[in-house]
Amino acid sequence: MRNICQSDNILTEDNLKTALYNTHVTLGGRMVPFGGWDMPVQYPEGILAEVHAVRNATGIFDVSHMGRLYLSGPKATEFLDWVLTGSAASLRVGRARYCMICNEKGGVIDDTIFYRLAEDRYLLIPNAGNRPAVVAWFQRWIDEKFSPGGTQDCLMEDVTDKTGLIAFQGPGAVDAIDKIADTPLSDMRPFSWAEAAIQGAPVLVGRTGYTGEDGFEMLVQGNDVVKVWQILADSGATPCGLGARDVLRLEAGLPLHGHEIDEETSPIEAGLDRFVRFDKEYVGSDVLKGQQENGVARKLVGITLPGRSAPRAGYNILDQGETVGTVTSGSYSPTLDTSIGMGYVLERYVEPGATLDLDIRGRTVQVTVTELPFYKRPRRAS
Amino acid sequence: MSPDDRKYTQEHEWVMVDPAAVGTAIAGITEYAQDQLGDIVFFELPKVGDAVAHLGKMGEVESVKAVSDLFSPINGTVTEINEKLLDHPELVNEDPFGEGWLIKVAMTDVAELDALMSSQDYDAFIAGL
Repeated sequence: MRNICQSDNILTEDNLKTALYNTHVTLGGRMVPFGGWDMPVQYPEGILAEVHAVRNATGIFDVSHMGRLYLSGPKATEFLDWVLTGSAASLRVGRARYCMICNEKGGVIDDTIFYRLAEDRYLLIPNAGNRPAVVAWFQRWIDEKFSPGGTQDCLMEDVTDKTGLIAFQGPGAVDAIDKIADTPLSDMRPFSWAEAAIQGAPVLVGRTGYTGEDGFEMLVQGNDVVKVWQILADSGATPCGLGARDVLRLEAGLPLHGHEIDEETSPIEAGLDRFVRFDKEYVGSDVLKGQQENGVARKLVGITLPGRSAPRAGYNILDQGETVGTVTSGSYSPTLDTSIGMGYVLERYVEPGATLDLDIRGRTVQVTVTELPFYKRPRRAS
Repeated sequence: MSPDDRKYTQEHEWVMVDPAAVGTAIAGITEYAQDQLGDIVFFELPKVGDAVAHLGKMGEVESVKAVSDLFSPINGTVTEINEKLLDHPELVNEDPFGEGWLIKVAMTDVAELDALMSSQDYDAFIAGL
């Protein structure tokens, strides 16, 4: 047996370790390099069991590899409105928003969720592997445009190594959270955040996630991370690794930077128009506006195929033998019991229901263009 | 500890003489291989009658996260494949040395088995990986 295709990991020496590294090892987590960090790809129960737990009960994920940046100062709002596709000015204190950080060509440097903590203070979460690029990009604009000559008008602080981030996800998370937190949090609105405590440990809780399920993400002070993880695990939540996280986000049709989006891909091509403002000026806004008005040559679509042999990143999508697209991500979907993938196809093939061929290592199989997301969580009866 | 009633390859396949059919071998992948793969979701195996060659590609195995080539441990002709794996590939995760066997092969030369690794050699080999 010899591995010929695996989800790509960025192999670097001297990987960073989260505060939960020893916890993962003790739990039997299989540690792999990802985005400059050593992270668990799965625990002994396996990816399928972990996905099942999140879709049916609760799961916890160590997502401390993702960055935590504070942006503050009188020009912080103006700065964020210059580097983000979404609006900071219109975001109310107490709310969070998902959007993109684009380059001048409209390509995606990173996608992010940012939280408005106060009138002139924000928390922004970049992806693990993109944190250095985002920090450098932000610093460049701060120095050039918003705090020239070292004024204090906009300041950035990277607290990634002083804090941890834990995601608590699944249909059981809302009911469980009030038993776990010191104050009730179950009536938080999606994409809002609150300051709370878990058995005395201060946490910043957002009703956000990357699984397609309801749930919470918690920013925890560094020395409380293990304690908060343990409390969540003791509540019955299943520890889940990067493998489950990837399957869950794929089922939910959520893009992963480096796959569906990158510096050569625009949010318009990726179908992320609703996270892009066309009524403000910012880096890349001219290009994005032009694409919105004139259309793009290729667009991101979902594809499904019967059975369990999965589309994988890089496989070609064909129409009558001619390459018309490329897969960006794919997996067997345990929730839907079929194989699913996302990829770019020429604009004329984007209609759901269209059938195309997929070249799976020389084998040709028929795939159906499918509306995203593949999986939508059932509404709660309340 | 890998069972000592069979032989092993560096590609993490095992092969044993089929006690029920003279000159036939049963082959599969090892406990180490299934553990490395994680949840297995799909096998592509050769067909009955196909010729397989020692360390030649004979199929593929897909787990949730990875695709791997499968190599035949011996030369011969496929006489049977484990049909149960088509619907239940997880049998290989659960019992790689038993219920999760992959194929049966009419061996070209039974003596080829002597050249493969013993269980002790294989266990030492994976301990060093």
